[in-house]
Amino acid sequence: MANLKINAMGLEFKNPVLSASGTYGFGEEFSEIYDVSILGGICSKGLTLNGRSGNTGVRLWETPMGLMNSIGLQNPGVDSFIKDELPRMKSYNTIIAANLGGHCDEDYYEGIYKLNETDVDLIELNISCPNVKSGGMAYGIKSAVAYEIVSKLRKICKKPLMVKLSPNAENISEMSIACEAAGADGISLINTIQALAIDIKKRKAVFDNIYAGLSGPCVKPIALRMVRDAAKSVKIPVCGLGGIMSAEDAVEFIMAGATLVQIGTGNFIKPDIAVEIINGLSEYMDKEGIKSLDEIRGII
Amino acid sequence: MKVVKSKIIDNIKILNKIYRLTCEFAGDIRPGQFFMLKTLDNSFLLPRPISVHDSSENTVTFLYRTEGKGTSKISTLREDDEIQLFGPLGNGFALDNLSGKIAVVGGGIGIAPLLYLVKSLGKNADVFLGFKDAENAYLIDEFKKYADRTIVVTEDGSIGEKGFVTDYICYKEYSTVLTCGPEIMMNKIIKNSMENNVKCYISLERRMACGMGVCLGCTVETKSGNKRACKDGPVFSSDELV
Repeated sequence: MANLKINAMGLEFKNPVLSASGTYGFGEEFSEIYDVSILGGICSKGLTLNGRSGNTGVRLWETPMGLMNSIGLQNPGVDSFIKDELPRMKSYNTIIAANLGGHCDEDYYEGIYKLNETDVDLIELNISCPNVKSGGMAYGIKSAVAYEIVSKLRKICKKPLMVKLSPNAENISEMSIACEAAGADGISLINTIQALAIDIKKRKAVFDNIYAGLSGPCVKPIALRMVRDAAKSVKIPVCGLGGIMSAEDAVEFIMAGATLVQIGTGNFIKPDIAVEIINGLSEYMDKEGIKSLDEIRGII
Repeated sequence: MKVVKSKIIDNIKILNKIYRLTCEFAGDIRPGQFFMLKTLDNSFLLPRPISVHDSSENTVTFLYRTEGKGTSKISTLREDDEIQLFGPLGNGFALDNLSGKIAVVGGGIGIAPLLYLVKSLGKNADVFLGFKDAENAYLIDEFKKYADRTIVVTEDGSIGEKGFVTDYICYKEYSTVLTCGPEIMMNKIIKNSMENNVKCYISLERRMACGMGVCLGCTVETKSGNKRACKDGPVFSSDELV
């Protein structure tokens, strides 16, 4: 059987397949469907220092092969995550990443200080949520702004730091280089693409926030291009995501340069899709005579 | 809850845009629970939340109205075709907490989850069914088999009583009202139940992506904060709602 193990960011992943933040809660619901310890890792729902009740109005909208969301980082807050969710997540025997967002520098500092004292394996720094008005994505548009916050956080963060990038960044290569230079251990991309839906009967935007984030199979070609741009620009590992629905999709991301991949919207379409993708990757490697994913990584 | 590829036993058009789909499924299901349904092709992306209309040892039945791309595609499936089922999901009606006489009130396609509920209540429930007119009324005889009394109300009086179903419920006769249907109907029932000091549980419909409590898209505002229609509901006590 193929060896799917990945060493990245000072951590050993059983395989390159992680669940994406915001599509997997804190793992509990999925653990009722399958053994979640088979995953390479789990990224928590996006956390903020204090809990948030999220956005008003419509939160979901289906598009042809896509899903728009405007949840607005509804989450219980870092303290509640550490107390109520993390101990159970750690029992899943896989890499646990805390996805941390913020409205201002202080929010990120406080969040990191608290997470430093836990046994969370990895921090995925969210500088890319398009659905929170004050901040969130504001850090993820200009490389210089991202460099500044990541540098500051790198100095205080005791955990491996993976920065989640926005496809709305001005220049994805420069953004990746800035994060690497600031000391990030890895980068993950893409977060959702800022998008618009209009209800012509009401003559209004569907979402209260006007714009929302687009994900799903329709964004995959864009995500692949950006993952390739990022991977060609930096030496740190790139975690690719955006519309992965099959092992073949995951292989495309690896060929584009990804060391790890995340499953997001796919978790909604077929709740046990991660099992299928992990098994499918192994079968693909056996069939193609591939001993290590290094053989095909970044070949495009 | 589990994800299965299930074989379709039949998928029959009952009336206009209303279909009844029966699939193979083994497992316990509570009245008021639902499944996420998806065709195996990629003609649409998100599975569709559909409530359980009936259930037997090895089957589950859904009653649905073709509203958009998803349900229209599902309506084209035939015997022996396969469909992806994920469920059962949600809390369902808490039957253990019920005592006394029950009123079950449904309007339009909201009657879908009520047949299995009424069957489970024995002859302890009176059923109130509201339809637009005789042409758009369905499954009345099915309900009559299991309910104590079945009261049908149409807007034009072409079958049963004339007016709105909410006008024909004598709240004082009941300990609890269980309902599913248009929001305007359920809001009236909540108001009247509270005035008459009768317990009221309502089954809500929301746009959903995951159906299992992780995407946080199907928010219901309650007195104790945001709840998830898919996981904490779809059945809520009217006291909880804002």
